[in-house]
Amino acid sequence: MVDTSVELSGWRLDNPVVPASGTFGFGNEFKDFYDLNLLGTFSFKGTTREPRYGNPTPRIAECTAGMINAVGLQNPGIDAVISDELPRLKTFFHKKVIANISGFSVDEYAYCCERIDREEQVGLIEVNISCPNVRHGGMSFGTSPESAAEVTRAVKAVTTKPVYMKLSPNVSDIVAIARACVEAGADGLCLINTVLGMRIDVQRRRAVVANTMGGFSGPAIFPLAVRMVYQVARACAVPVIGCGGVQSARDVIEMMMVGATAVEVGAANLVNPYACKEIIEALPAEMERLGIEKLNDIIGIIE
Amino acid sequence: MKKAIYKIRSNEPLTASVWRMTLAGDTQAITAPGQFVNIAIDGLFLRRPISVCDCEPGRLTLIYKVVGEGTERMSRMRAGDELDLLTGLGNGFSITSGSQRPLLVGGGVGVPPLYLLAKQLLAAGLPVQVVLGFNTAAECFYEAEFRALGCDVTVATVDGSAGVKGFVTMAIAERNLDFDYFYACGPLPMLRALCDAVPQDGQLSFEERMGCGFGGCMGCTCKTKNGPKRICKEGPVLEKGEIVW
Repeated sequence: MVDTSVELSGWRLDNPVVPASGTFGFGNEFKDFYDLNLLGTFSFKGTTREPRYGNPTPRIAECTAGMINAVGLQNPGIDAVISDELPRLKTFFHKKVIANISGFSVDEYAYCCERIDREEQVGLIEVNISCPNVRHGGMSFGTSPESAAEVTRAVKAVTTKPVYMKLSPNVSDIVAIARACVEAGADGLCLINTVLGMRIDVQRRRAVVANTMGGFSGPAIFPLAVRMVYQVARACAVPVIGCGGVQSARDVIEMMMVGATAVEVGAANLVNPYACKEIIEALPAEMERLGIEKLNDIIGIIE
Repeated sequence: MKKAIYKIRSNEPLTASVWRMTLAGDTQAITAPGQFVNIAIDGLFLRRPISVCDCEPGRLTLIYKVVGEGTERMSRMRAGDELDLLTGLGNGFSITSGSQRPLLVGGGVGVPPLYLLAKQLLAAGLPVQVVLGFNTAAECFYEAEFRALGCDVTVATVDGSAGVKGFVTMAIAERNLDFDYFYACGPLPMLRALCDAVPQDGQLSFEERMGCGFGGCMGCTCKTKNGPKRICKEGPVLEKGEIVW
C-alpha cells in the first residue's frame, strides 16, 4: 500500500492532486462527473471584492498543446462566494478548499482575505498576484518583489490561515519575487500561473481573443513550470504548490521531484472533466512502478 | 452530461463544406433539442462543440461545417472510427406549452438543431413551419428532410438562386407566415434581424468560442438582462426577452 498523502502548512491532503483555480469553478460543474471528495482539495475560482463580468468574448484560443484564455476574473464577488458558493459547496464537498483571492489594490486583497478568514471551509488562501488578463491589478502585483511583498504583508496581517502567493511566470526573475513573498511572511507559494500569450486569426487579421493577449496554459508549458518550481523550491524554505501543464500521474511525480508538495491541474480539466480523478487513480500504480512508497519522500529529491 | 466513446456509422458531405456524421453510442444524456456535444480530436487540445441534429436511443446525427482544423479533421474520419464525446451539454430548446403555431428559423449551419426540435413539435401534434436561410442554392441542405417530417418549409437564399430571394426575415414577410412563437438558430446578424423584425416571443440559440463546453472555464460568457450566462451551460438557447444585443 503506497502513501499518497502530503501536508501543506499543517493541512494533510489525502493526495497532492488539486484542480487549479479558474478551471474548476466552485466545483458545481464537476460534481456531476465524479465525487469530488477523492481530490486532495481544489482551488476555487479567483474571487474579487465586487462581482466581475470579465472580458468580452471571444475569451478562448486553441494552441498547439494548450490554450489561451482571457476570461478576466469573472466571478460573483466575495459576498456571493461566502453567502452562496461556500454553503452549496458544503453539500457535496466535505474537505477544506483553497480560496483563490485576487484584487485590483492592496486594500482589496486584504479585504477579501479578511472576509474569507472567518470561513471554516477554507484550508488556505491562495493569493493570485499573477492574473495576466486584467489591467491595473492581478499580475501587476506579481511582477515586482516590492509589490508582491506589499500584498503578502497586507494579507498576512488580516488572516490566521496559511497564505500562499500564486506567482506569475511572466517575470525576469521569479526567484526574487518568491523570496520577497517569503520574507514578507508567505506560508507557501504556488506557481506558475499562465504564460502571457497571443494568437492571430490570420484570415481576419486580428487577435483571436478580444482582449488581444491572454494566459497560455496546457501541456506545452509543463517544462517551463517544472523549471520554475525547481528554482523556487531550492531557494525558498516554504511549501510550493506546483502548477502548469500537468496532465498525468507521472507529471505529478515529476513536479514533486523538483520540489512541489502538492500539484495543481488546470487546463486538463477543461478537456477531460475526469482528468484529476484519472490522475489520482493512476498514482498508486505509477508510484509502484517507480519504487516510491511515500509521495512525501520524493519532494525535492532532484538536487 | 456524459463522456463516452462513440463509433462513427457514416460521414458524408451534404454540400461543398457541410458534412453529416452519424454515430452509435449512449445518447441517454441528451435530453433536449438544441443541446450539443463536445468532441475530442486527436492532435488538437480543445474539444470541438457541435450541435445535435437528431438523436434516437443509441444513435446520434451531427451536421457540421468545415471551418477550421478541427472540423477539417472530422471530415476525414470514416465509418468505424471512434470518437470521445461529451454529450448532453447545454440548455436546449424547451417546447413552450403556450404556442400552437410555432415557427422555426434556421440560418446556414444553424439549421441542424431545429431538426430534432421539429420532430418533437410534430410529435406534440403541432403544425410546424420552417424557414431555412442560406447564401446560395449550392449551400442549401435539409430542405427535403424537413419536408419529409411533414413541416411547411420555406427556403430563402441571399442571391435568390433558390426559394425566396433575401434573408429569412424577407421570407417570413413575403409568405406572410402566421405564427405565435419562434425558435431560431443561426448567425448573430440573422438572430438580431429576426428579433427586430417580428413582435412574437421566441428562443434563440447562440454560438461562442468555448473552452470546456460544460461550464467550468467561463470562456463563453455573455451578458443578459438576467446577469452573465455561459453559452455552454445556461445557453446556447436563450429567451428573446433576456438578450442584450
